Amino acid sequence: MLELKNVSFSVEDGGQLEIVRDVSLTIEKNKFVVITGPNGSGKSTLAKLIAGILTPTGGQIFFDGEDITGLSITERAKRGIGFAFQAPVRFKGLTVHDLLKIAAGQEISVSNACTYLSEVGLCAKDYIDREINASLSGGELKRIEIATVLARKTKLTVFDEPEAGIDLWSFQNLIRIFEDMRRDIKDSSILIISHQERILNIADEIVVLEAGQIRSVGTKDEVYPQVLGTEAGERMCFGQAARKEC
Amino acid sequence: MEKLDGIQKRLIAEVADLHEVPMGAYNFRANSKLAGRQTTANIDIQSKENGTGIDIKIKPGTKKESVHIPVVLSESGLKETVYNDFYVGEDSDVVIVAGCGIDNCGSQDSEHDGIHRFFVGKGAHVKYVEKHYGSGDGNGKRILNPVTEVYLEEGSSMEMEMVQIKGVDSTERTTVAELKKDASLVIRERLMTHGEQTANSIIKATILEEGASADVVSRSVARDHSYQKFDACIIGNAPCHGHTECDSIIMDQGRILAVPSLEANDVDAELFHEAAIGKIAGEQLIKLMTLGLTEAEAEEQIINGFLK
Ligand SMILES: Nc1ncnc2c1ncn2[C@@H]1O[C@H](COP(=O)(O)OP(=O)(O)OP(=O)(O)O)[C@@H](O)[C@H]1O
Ligand SMILES: [Mg+2]
Repeated sequence: MLELKNVSFSVEDGGQLEIVRDVSLTIEKNKFVVITGPNGSGKSTLAKLIAGILTPTGGQIFFDGEDITGLSITERAKRGIGFAFQAPVRFKGLTVHDLLKIAAGQEISVSNACTYLSEVGLCAKDYIDREINASLSGGELKRIEIATVLARKTKLTVFDEPEAGIDLWSFQNLIRIFEDMRRDIKDSSILIISHQERILNIADEIVVLEAGQIRSVGTKDEVYPQVLGTEAGERMCFGQAARKEC
Repeated sequence: MEKLDGIQKRLIAEVADLHEVPMGAYNFRANSKLAGRQTTANIDIQSKENGTGIDIKIKPGTKKESVHIPVVLSESGLKETVYNDFYVGEDSDVVIVAGCGIDNCGSQDSEHDGIHRFFVGKGAHVKYVEKHYGSGDGNGKRILNPVTEVYLEEGSSMEMEMVQIKGVDSTERTTVAELKKDASLVIRERLMTHGEQTANSIIKATILEEGASADVVSRSVARDHSYQKFDACIIGNAPCHGHTECDSIIMDQGRILAVPSLEANDVDAELFHEAAIGKIAGEQLIKLMTLGLTEAEAEEQIINGFLK
């Protein structure tokens, strides 16, 4: 479904700063893939390269066989790539209902909009007409972000740390949401950036990123032994030993 | 309403949300002539003797009634100044909908300068809605220079919603208010300018007596080569609360000058001011683009929401 071929991304920062280095990765359909790695390892940058928010300085990206490297954010969205931001954006004046309408790409009824809100554990009638402005708490904003992505029903959805800022409601529900998405959208895959062991535990495949490079790829059982005891492993919160330090 | 032609009806629908003759009192003015009037048991409308405007008298205690006074100009080259005085009786609660629509397909300028004075009696509450709208593709300008004066007696309140989103080439709007004890004034202004349009909005609220409050919020968008000036001043001469906020988006070559000012003449006057001008945040555009909108569609959505 998604293929990254030798993707790199660097910025001018005095000298050349390479944030993503020669990353090659394939995500098959019907997969649940988690990218993990220390803070600053380039995970969000990689997600933005996939969504088209950043353009690679090297390499190519294919989606369903098509080279999308040069396509805009909009074109990629229309082809079926969804993206939930790590830090959701606020809008003065736009309401939750407005945003869900835009996400669904059509008028949606209040009751339909409410379904998405209930999915993310928000009492729909309290939120549907709220403006997405500074009055919403961080956790509320994050849930609304997830609801808008659900409303899009995309083939490939990228979530950047969906659990961050969400209280204990989260895990069972969040995981249920991911499972429902995979069941309901035919041949869809989900790519999640996460540090959470419980999310890593349900992944079909884990990708460990370190300093902009892929350090290892595999199932949980394959990846854990490789990364434990390394810098990446210590700074991630997985494994009993590592967790104590977190 | 029967006397109005198609263009005039369309203008009225734009400025007063009216598609048929409204309930309650009304006075329609079309091309400088009276086009319809209705009074009620509690609301009287009289033309001024010198013919320069109307007096609207609302009896004390009038509740839940409305007055519509739309004005439309559809002939090119008309220029008029109209004086309308509202006397709102004590303890009444009314909605007043004004508004002016100009359609100018000709080459001469059309101008309507409405001078509205509101004398709001003790304990009365007024909701005032004013929309300005221009259309027509002639090169004659559409000009609106409204002056609004508000005098709020003890314990009265006025909520003003003033909207100008489209088609007015040049506007200079002046709003002045004086507030007595415990009176409250809320002004919500929404403005969008295009092309070579200019808009100046001058608001001056003077709080004369204690316990009164004034809240002025302006949201505006300046596109193309348009220019806006927002000049809001709150003067507190007694223990009171005042707040002004000017929040603007600039696009293209648009320019905005915000000149807010506060004057406290009493140690217990609490006055606040906020102002922000900037282009649409890039991350807002990006977010909507990841939802499948083009950049232009995303801009439209953000602006519509902002001015809603
Ligand atoms: N435009 C930029 N200019 C300079 N440095 C940048 C730029 N964008 C990102 N970086 C740096 O690149 C690195 C990777 O950032 P990125 O946001 O992708 O990390 P991350 O893996 O998502 O981290 P976290 O777990 O904290 O979310 C960071 O060190 C960051 O400071
Ligand atoms: Mg990140």
